[in-house]
Amino acid sequence: MASAVEMHFKQLVEYINEQFRKEFVQTGEEAPADHISVATADWKAFAEFLKNDEQLFFDAMMCITGVDYGEESDLGVIYNLHSMKHNHKLEVRINLPREKPVVPSVEQIWRIADWFERETYDMYGIEFQGHRDLRRILLPEDWEGFPLRKDYEFPTTYHGIEVPKMKEGWE
Amino acid sequence: MTDTLDLELGSVQAEEMVLNMGPQHPSTHGVLRLKVRTDGEIVTHITPYIGYLHRCFEKHCENVTYEQVIPYTDRCDYIASMNNNFGYAVAVEQLMDIKVPEKVEHIRVIVAELNRIASHLLAVGTFGLDVGAFTPFLYCFRDRERILDLFEMLCGARLLYSYIWIGGLSHDLPVGWVEKTYEFLDYFEPQVEEYNNLLTFNKIFIERTADVGVLPREVAISYGVTGPNLRGSGVKWDLRKDDPYSIYDRFEFDIPIGTGVMGTVGDCWDRYYIRIREIEESAKIVRQALEQLPRDGDVHEALPKKIRPPKGHIYSRTETPRGDLGYYIISDGKPIPYRLKMRSPAFTALSCINEISHGWMISDVFAILGSLDIVLGEIDR
Repeated sequence: MASAVEMHFKQLVEYINEQFRKEFVQTGEEAPADHISVATADWKAFAEFLKNDEQLFFDAMMCITGVDYGEESDLGVIYNLHSMKHNHKLEVRINLPREKPVVPSVEQIWRIADWFERETYDMYGIEFQGHRDLRRILLPEDWEGFPLRKDYEFPTTYHGIEVPKMKEGWE
Repeated sequence: MTDTLDLELGSVQAEEMVLNMGPQHPSTHGVLRLKVRTDGEIVTHITPYIGYLHRCFEKHCENVTYEQVIPYTDRCDYIASMNNNFGYAVAVEQLMDIKVPEKVEHIRVIVAELNRIASHLLAVGTFGLDVGAFTPFLYCFRDRERILDLFEMLCGARLLYSYIWIGGLSHDLPVGWVEKTYEFLDYFEPQVEEYNNLLTFNKIFIERTADVGVLPREVAISYGVTGPNLRGSGVKWDLRKDDPYSIYDRFEFDIPIGTGVMGTVGDCWDRYYIRIREIEESAKIVRQALEQLPRDGDVHEALPKKIRPPKGHIYSRTETPRGDLGYYIISDGKPIPYRLKMRSPAFTALSCINEISHGWMISDVFAILGSLDIVLGEIDR
């Protein structure tokens, strides 16, 4: 299905800066060479642009990854997009403050984001605003805390049953 | 736990009924619970509940070294362990920029395609079982057994191989393995005809599956459905051809897509038939790879002494029997992954179950679920 209009990262950035908003994506020496960072406020409009623009047409969402950048720093969400029609790929990152991680949901733009966002919420406690059914997906509904955060403390009991502590860390 | 089992009976209309299916149910292929709202025999809404097999794969990965992750990847999709090993090894090799010897590449393709055949045989057999055909299941398992024997000869394991390592393989090919594999192919290739006679073109089977659970092309893409399920909807998309990894660009094979011969494009029968066709294509690839296989070479040659990928990240995907298997790995330069996310194809395939089953009868839900070929180990991770 690959066609001649496949764009590489630099072309994608240029195109986005031209068509979406001037200087939307940072360019220059220090700019990341394989992903773009987006502010939370712009994400929804930008996602719609990525999905609907004829030249970009990112119709498939490959993956949503939640990240914890360390106990002192932010949480993040990474979106990996792909266009079945043009065969180009794009990685979009959004950083969120640890105290109040809220990001607009794109569940109605790419339907698969529904479950991916639920999973990210489940593991990191990132709230996807506008998600129609945001609840835990892999863990039990009454689970406390968000396990993939780096500062997560392992529970010592579960429903009153003592959980034996494992060996600490990697050695 | 009371919340989880709440069937929301208060909100049920007088003519509607809620049917609980699972978590222990023979047709769910694992531990899956479906809350099915029905209007008489007609399904109006399905809510899947997953997570019964959740083993904290991603959390484990943040606590073990890169090589120790491999056995965990086996246990995610336990039907196609080789392909899972393969995907993970490819991802880490890209991150570390390792070039793998020719011989290793060939053996990897051979075992991955053999495992694809084994996995599709299981999918085809159990799908027949789901819609009431018991015999084809036995035939499929008879032949799958031979592949498992080959794998046992190769690495001692029959289900969870941990055979493909980062930069190499755990064992070289044993003496006589190549001949045995040729023998298997000679025996196996004509067998496909038998499955077709038994199941594919069986009138009852066609009645049960054609036109049922149609997954339209746009819906499939939007739901991130990949692999045979996506190709069943008529999308010619296969990573082995469209974004080749390893040495797949050297082999000649077709990508079968659903054409709606028996009913509509993207129905259960199409999804099923794609798997039969892929079995044939995989056998072709194995044959080509065996012919090109270099006899000399050390499979341990490129194994890195220390696995410490440089700081960075990678999103790498490979084609498993169930679709695009993606690994997003973030490395901070330590011997343990900083973050490892697995994007499992069965997870995305299951998420569209409500979309394609409402409006069908309860008995059709089993056919639809069977045709999606999900593995719960991979969905729950």
